Amino acid sequence: MLRDITLGQYYPADSILHKLDPRVKLFGTLIYIISLFLFDNIWGILWITLALVCVVRLSKVPFSFMIRGLRSIIILLIVAGVFNLFLTPGQEIASFGIFKITMEGLRNASLMTVRMVYLIIGTSIMTLTTTPNQLTDGLEKSLHGLTKLNVPVHEIAMMMSIALRFIPILIEETDKIMKAQMARGADFESGNIFQKARNMVPLLVPLFVSAFRRAYDLAQAMEARCYNGGEGRTKMKPLKYVSRDRNAYILIFVAFVVTIVLKVVL
Amino acid sequence: MALELKDITYKYSAGTAYEITALDHINVTFPDGEFIGIIGHTGSGKSTLVQHLNGLIKATSGEIIYNGQNIYDKDYSMKELRTQVGMVFQYPEHQLFETTVYDDVAFGPKNQGLDDKDVALRTYEAMEAVGFPQELCDVSPFELSGGQKRRVAIAGVMAMKPAVLILDEPTAGLDPMGRDEILNMLKETHERTGNTVILVSHSMEDVANYADRIIVIDKGQIKYNDTPKNVFKHYKDLEKMGLAAPQVTYFMNDLKNAGMPVSTDATTVQEARDEILKLMGR
Repeated sequence: MLRDITLGQYYPADSILHKLDPRVKLFGTLIYIISLFLFDNIWGILWITLALVCVVRLSKVPFSFMIRGLRSIIILLIVAGVFNLFLTPGQEIASFGIFKITMEGLRNASLMTVRMVYLIIGTSIMTLTTTPNQLTDGLEKSLHGLTKLNVPVHEIAMMMSIALRFIPILIEETDKIMKAQMARGADFESGNIFQKARNMVPLLVPLFVSAFRRAYDLAQAMEARCYNGGEGRTKMKPLKYVSRDRNAYILIFVAFVVTIVLKVVL
Repeated sequence: MALELKDITYKYSAGTAYEITALDHINVTFPDGEFIGIIGHTGSGKSTLVQHLNGLIKATSGEIIYNGQNIYDKDYSMKELRTQVGMVFQYPEHQLFETTVYDDVAFGPKNQGLDDKDVALRTYEAMEAVGFPQELCDVSPFELSGGQKRRVAIAGVMAMKPAVLILDEPTAGLDPMGRDEILNMLKETHERTGNTVILVSHSMEDVANYADRIIVIDKGQIKYNDTPKNVFKHYKDLEKMGLAAPQVTYFMNDLKNAGMPVSTDATTVQEARDEILKLMGR
């Protein structure tokens, strides 16, 4: 039932992108997003499309998984596209009553649509090829410099990984409690919205109780092992750069330079 | 009249990269009025199997026939099935939610659409069956001890008076006394009402002491389906599956190997005692 939901949407495969250090992928995604908003001509679009196609092929993740994320923003895309199309002032090319389509509007709308779609696909590639834990590890390490500014980087990363760790546990728990109550004749599907909300009580109360119980247990287990934060703490699997990570950095840098050149020259 | 599984296969996350076959072409019949033990190693598929029996999990392929009707038929009422086939999950006390013990136990019977009088009758009956003191029925279930919570949770299912009662590791995490009390209570109810009891466990002693028949599951397949005596004869095979025989079986085998002419059939301490006393001529 609920178990079928894939979370953190990691897709296991044996590709160079999966093996890459998460810091490289985070940095690459950041550069990619900046590039997306730098270009404003057809050559930029073509160049980014080329880069994106290469990365998609490299990741060995089925393309259908990447465009899955688009479903959630399709309404936003349509609304923003329509507004851009009709409400941008400029040279008129067609009109329907009070609505006018302008050259600039057409341009803005298509540019924005391409940017949004590419943004989703690009970030999906990162989350599809990186496990949530790698991601928080990478974040923690990348943001380590901020500790000097009294930002509790380790604590934030710890909270993130605990939260991520608990999602599948709570889903499993929800599934179990739901089944247990259904076995006692509870009904979670029928009725109007108020009845449905009331029918959720047998599910929500035990779920909250168990979430608190688990949080308490975890806190005790951490305390019993004298856990006291990031200072001087070593990792079981420390992040280490290898040659493919350096090569990837060089590639990202080159690609970024090309983007800037395309922006300036054309 | 029985619960019959025909060629049941179940795959988790079918069609994705995470696909796992949990049940592999299971064929088994649970006749009415039997006390059946299901044993298997962690991850063998025993919990998945029992969740099929009241339709909480729908098989990827295969049929389940209850009292002559296919439960996957479109017009078959799952709700009706679930009042007939009751299910006590692992750590059932985690499902308690009401403000009082009484309300929690009454949740099942109320959902069955009974009137208040019948609900009250069944609730008190179930509390008595599990040995829960009636004067505590207005206490919040969250204030009870672990063992008492377990009783309340089991009473919540028994109050529905299911013809088939499934229990998934009902004694996990209980002390020996609590364990014996719950299992004795199940046996007593079974003998009194003639219901079918399906007990999932990985305690060999428990199933040997209480079950008429044992089903052994390994890697999603049924390996043995026989009386405790016959199943535990294969204790070497059971060990390969990460299981074992009751300790008395090992003891009797050791005695035999040490040269004493005992039969190694005994699966309970009582039987072993009788066998040894017989040998000693008493």
